[in-house]
Amino acid sequence: MKVSLFITCLSDAMFPRVGEAMAHLLARHGVKLEFPQTQTCCGQPAFNSGYFDEARASARTLLEAFADSDFVISPSGSCTGMIHHYYPKLFEHDPVLLAEANRLVDKTFEFSQFLVQVLGVTDVGAVFPYKVTYHPSCHGSRLLGVKEEPLALLSHVQGLELVPLPFAEDCCGFGGTFAVKMCDISGAMVTEKTDHIIETEAEVLVSLDMGCLLNISGNLRYRGNPVRAMHLAELLYEGVKANVHA
Amino acid sequence: MSTHDTGHSAGSTVKERAKIALNDEFLVNAVKYTTEKLRSGKHTATADHGEWETWRERGRQIRLHTIAHLDYYLTQFARNARAQGVHVHFAATAQEAVDLTMAIAKHKQAKTVVKSKSMVSEELHINKAFEELGIESIETDLGEYIIQLADETPSHIIIPAIHKNRYQIADLLSKEAGETLAPDTKILAGFARRKLREKFLEADIGMTGCNFAIASTGSIVIFENEGNARMVSTVPKTQITLMGMERIIPTWDDLEVMSTLLPRSATGQKLTVYMSGITGPRREADGDGPEEMHVIIIDNGRSQQLGDPEFQELLNCIRCGACLNVCPVYRHIGGHSYGGTYSGPIGAVLTPALKGNVAEWDDIANASSLCGACWEACPVKIPLHDMLIYLRRRKVESGYTAADEKLGMKGFRYVMSDHRKLKLALRAGKLGQKFLVRDGFIKARIGPLKGWNAYRQVPALPSKSFRDSWKHLDQELEQEVGAKQSEAERKMREYLERRGPSHNGHSESHTSPSGTHGNQGGQPHE
Ligand code: SF4
Repeated sequence: MKVSLFITCLSDAMFPRVGEAMAHLLARHGVKLEFPQTQTCCGQPAFNSGYFDEARASARTLLEAFADSDFVISPSGSCTGMIHHYYPKLFEHDPVLLAEANRLVDKTFEFSQFLVQVLGVTDVGAVFPYKVTYHPSCHGSRLLGVKEEPLALLSHVQGLELVPLPFAEDCCGFGGTFAVKMCDISGAMVTEKTDHIIETEAEVLVSLDMGCLLNISGNLRYRGNPVRAMHLAELLYEGVKANVHA
Repeated sequence: MSTHDTGHSAGSTVKERAKIALNDEFLVNAVKYTTEKLRSGKHTATADHGEWETWRERGRQIRLHTIAHLDYYLTQFARNARAQGVHVHFAATAQEAVDLTMAIAKHKQAKTVVKSKSMVSEELHINKAFEELGIESIETDLGEYIIQLADETPSHIIIPAIHKNRYQIADLLSKEAGETLAPDTKILAGFARRKLREKFLEADIGMTGCNFAIASTGSIVIFENEGNARMVSTVPKTQITLMGMERIIPTWDDLEVMSTLLPRSATGQKLTVYMSGITGPRREADGDGPEEMHVIIIDNGRSQQLGDPEFQELLNCIRCGACLNVCPVYRHIGGHSYGGTYSGPIGAVLTPALKGNVAEWDDIANASSLCGACWEACPVKIPLHDMLIYLRRRKVESGYTAADEKLGMKGFRYVMSDHRKLKLALRAGKLGQKFLVRDGFIKARIGPLKGWNAYRQVPALPSKSFRDSWKHLDQELEQEVGAKQSEAERKMREYLERRGPSHNGHSESHTSPSGTHGNQGGQPHE
């Protein structure tokens, strides 16, 4: 069984600790991982801007890198969503690559999805005695349909108090190039999101996507707010390490 | 764009208009207040229904089928309506529809027209055309009446005056009344009712829109809450109904589905207060109704979507406004920022699609974070978030893109098509950021970080990327896997068996993939 990490460019470059936490958690559940070095990016920045050729050039590195993998696991709901929802479209005019793309769709999982659906794990044995609120990423929950898995994992963390985030399903305003092109609209969206986060009085904000985290934590810091923004994998791994009885 | 097109918003791009709207506290608060009420109403109404997802799929199938056979159903509708004595006209463009309407008005020597709410009439700017002929035309839907008094355009498909609070509305109506009216909904509505009642009685023509047209009997169906459309379609001697060519459904049975989906999605009502089905003009035994009835069927860019696999589903829209109410962009910038008749996610796609004008596309299609909330809310599951991407792509394909964006994407392709180049680029980035980083963050508002850092700080690139530390990490992981490996492999194998060998999640179109992992992804629902 060949299980590959699809680390995503954002985690690779900016949040290596997220990829590392995910890898440790999976390894502790017996998953032997490999990391094909030739992978780059799912192509979403170009695809969402309408540059399909450029997106394909990037996406092809994934088709090649994971050609003989049985499972591909990623810490991003958005990048996994990109593969699931858009690769068949991206390669619709090339029957050979389309077949490869469809195979990749079948084997690619977002991290919490893999843990819960494939391994059947909802309790990773973590202790995390903080007040936490959860922001579901739009692409993870809508394009990919990952809604219950993160909550199932969080609900089994000892000491963790999960407080509901008002209007949780509203986009945080990241949207890739949207945040740069339409910066004022995006700024208003992220400010509203952090308003709601602050309202919950949570100490930690947890999410499934580095894009959302980059956006939300950047705005929290800009506002001088101490709420910690963490990826689910980071939170769980920190909790596992903190659990002295495990 | 003229002020008539955009209401009171100045500025020529979505971005500029949005900036003005974002700073208009009244507007932002009013829009947020009402959209929040509408979406929570919808939430409750769809949950109460119990079988919402099934009915949504029914609705989608009815619309897909009808639009796929639109020529057949339009012909059937026209034949049946004519058999009932209706004058059926076809208008290829907005201008043709205006000309047809004005010709009827002139022929009838009309002085006053009363109108019920109709978005297609906004598309035609029909009130302006009446005004030019010296004919008084009065909006009788309360929201539309307010907008008409303010000399603006609707900023929401179903709540035209959503951007105004009751104090602003009281000011407008007081001016019309010639006395100060208290900002109390009852008092304001009472005034409007008295005023409009006079107009119903003196009007020569009643003008309506059409929510659905029933092909099998040639009938039109109007949904409303105030009773004004019923007055418009019964009191005046002549009725003109404007109808987008896609408003058709095959039979009254299909209306059962639509009359469940539309009010619940629009306002959270189980049923609309008034639903009028009109089959032909007044017959002898009828108590009321117009002596003469015209239906003008309008294309105005709609038929361009037919046969286009990426955009045909746009014609499935039933104009419920649910996508506006859940849209996080719409709720911050309101409807006028979109610059067209239709606003929100549906407007962002429909306006450029109907115009078919590439040059005007970019800005409006970019005003979305592609979050997909519209798709999730839509009662007929139109994948607007996908269509926004296709609009952007068509823009790129036609060469109408900013030079810096093109250059950026060229760079993206160069770096991302080869992991070795990505590695070099990261190294360059780490060197380049040296002068900008303070306490692990960059605050400077320069280059592409200009807009981003106006609201955020960005973390510096860490000294080692994931791929830089993989070798070391791999050794650690080796230790951790240990004896559990065989159990994990067993679970993975079992999962694959459970899912089945001939698993294929792609038999449907990309816009509605079936769940690929145990019935998960693809079709969002609430
Ligand atoms: S696109 Fe869907 S949600 Fe939006 S107005 Fe049309 S039917 Fe309603």
